[in-house]
Amino acid sequence: MTPGPLRPSPRAKQRDAGGSRDFPIRREAAGSDTRRPTLGDGPFSAPMDPREGLHRSREHGGVARRHVLGVAAVALAAPWVRRAAAAEARVVVAGGGFAGATAARTLKRLAPALQVTLVEPEAVYTACPFSNAVIAGLRDMEGQRFGYTALRREGIEVVHRAARGLDGTMRALELDDGTRLSFQRLVLAPGIDLGFDALPGYDPAAAEILPHAWRAGAQTLLLRRQLEAMDEGGTVVMSVPANPFRCPPGPYERASLIAHFLKLRKPRAKLLILDAKDIFSKQRLFQQEWARLYPGLIEWVGLSKGGKVTSVDAGARTLVTEFGRHQGQVVNVIPPQRAGLLAERCGVADRSLWCPVDPLTFESRRVPGVHVVGDAAIMGAMPKSAFAANAQAKIAAAAIVALLSGRPPAEPRPLNTCYSLTAPDRAISIAGVYRPLGGQLADVPGAGGVSPLDADDSFRAQEAVYADAWFRTIAHETFG
Amino acid sequence: MRAAVLAMALALAPAGANAAEPPGASACSGCHTASRALDSAVPPIAGRPRDELAAALRAFRANERPSTVMGRLARGFDLAELDVLAAWFAADRLR
Repeated sequence: MTPGPLRPSPRAKQRDAGGSRDFPIRREAAGSDTRRPTLGDGPFSAPMDPREGLHRSREHGGVARRHVLGVAAVALAAPWVRRAAAAEARVVVAGGGFAGATAARTLKRLAPALQVTLVEPEAVYTACPFSNAVIAGLRDMEGQRFGYTALRREGIEVVHRAARGLDGTMRALELDDGTRLSFQRLVLAPGIDLGFDALPGYDPAAAEILPHAWRAGAQTLLLRRQLEAMDEGGTVVMSVPANPFRCPPGPYERASLIAHFLKLRKPRAKLLILDAKDIFSKQRLFQQEWARLYPGLIEWVGLSKGGKVTSVDAGARTLVTEFGRHQGQVVNVIPPQRAGLLAERCGVADRSLWCPVDPLTFESRRVPGVHVVGDAAIMGAMPKSAFAANAQAKIAAAAIVALLSGRPPAEPRPLNTCYSLTAPDRAISIAGVYRPLGGQLADVPGAGGVSPLDADDSFRAQEAVYADAWFRTIAHETFG
Repeated sequence: MRAAVLAMALALAPAGANAAEPPGASACSGCHTASRALDSAVPPIAGRPRDELAAALRAFRANERPSTVMGRLARGFDLAELDVLAAWFAADRLR
């Protein structure tokens, strides 16, 4: 195997540095004339969808069209991804969380010659997994923060701007400064937005009084400060939404760790959980752990007992249910959620406000050429977790590389593993294995499930060790 | 220099160029790091002997080897699929 086409091509980038002024962000692609000869080395411009060829010819003229045809022929003859050096194909990834950053890195790793652009407004990502430990004072916020230096070093173009939506061609992403990033394939990983309109009385201003802390960052620290400042005999009230939402066991992990904090620091305090569901993830395990570790401290009220919060009175620190009003000194509202707004702006969200996808490639069922991964997507039996987002992103990246190379995508078998801490040194887990079935991802029968009930302390301790190892590993794989 | 190292690493990546990644393989690095730069309580699997990996996966699946999540995950694959995964990771290398 010759090393030449495997290399990222820093020299090619320098040659192209003077590219189009109209699309400064697209410099590399716009100036790609000098690189056209290398197209013959690789299959990336083989159009799967005729519109890709049309779009290209609009941008680059008839010369590009002839190349596309030539490249398609080469793709049939030599479909090996890692030998490819075509520099024109570009995949844009919008959203720099566990799904988006993983997609960008995997694309670049599988196909070093592919142009990969990551669009993410924030320079620093604040991770949600383990942020419940930050709330409980067990962990520093710094350990939740990740930048994009490693991605840049690998040749991924990282653009810190907000994406506005697709342009009229449906083959370019528009940014908030008017820049258009054209793509052969787009990966959308917009995560969640909080459904402020879905819970009367709860809006961004109310969230400054009654934090959600469901997107990690300032909200996480606000909830921690409120807990620290609370009176010894105070009551903490949590509101938990109906499915689907980000991190199904997350509210109960949070309850566990807040209970741990209260037991140590505010021994007379109580925690009330108002839940819009009657059953929840790892329920028997959580309840066994609560009875054992925090007896009498946590009260959980499910839907049928009046647990569904129907409105919020932020000024009175009060949650209203069909059965009554619950005031807390600290109130944590985890509101209903929806796919990140960018999903709706790109037309990939349906009436459920989440994004239906093909379970083979995670390509949107609504907009061809656009793949949706992570919490925003409807993934059947697969939960909205960082592990799942990372696993989906790797599958989508491999599928995109296959599609751009003219190969059929492989059938995926995604996995999920989610750990929840129930105390600083105790954890429980849920795992799943999934396969496409009937147009959706379904559980593989006989696989998956939760940690055993009644396991001994060493089992719970071992899972806490694995939880920590998991977070460091997945963060390293995602962000470097 | 870095480019040369990268090119070499890719040239050494044995299965990557020709064999298709088997179902389930890409998820494993969520816990079993693919990076030599990271120390982890979860053992890396890339480059371990194929027979050792295959035996471990089969034992997890049969509940003959104690585990936390590995039994639950291994039961999502039949024996032939586990053997293919073992061969894949045996041929893989830490990056």
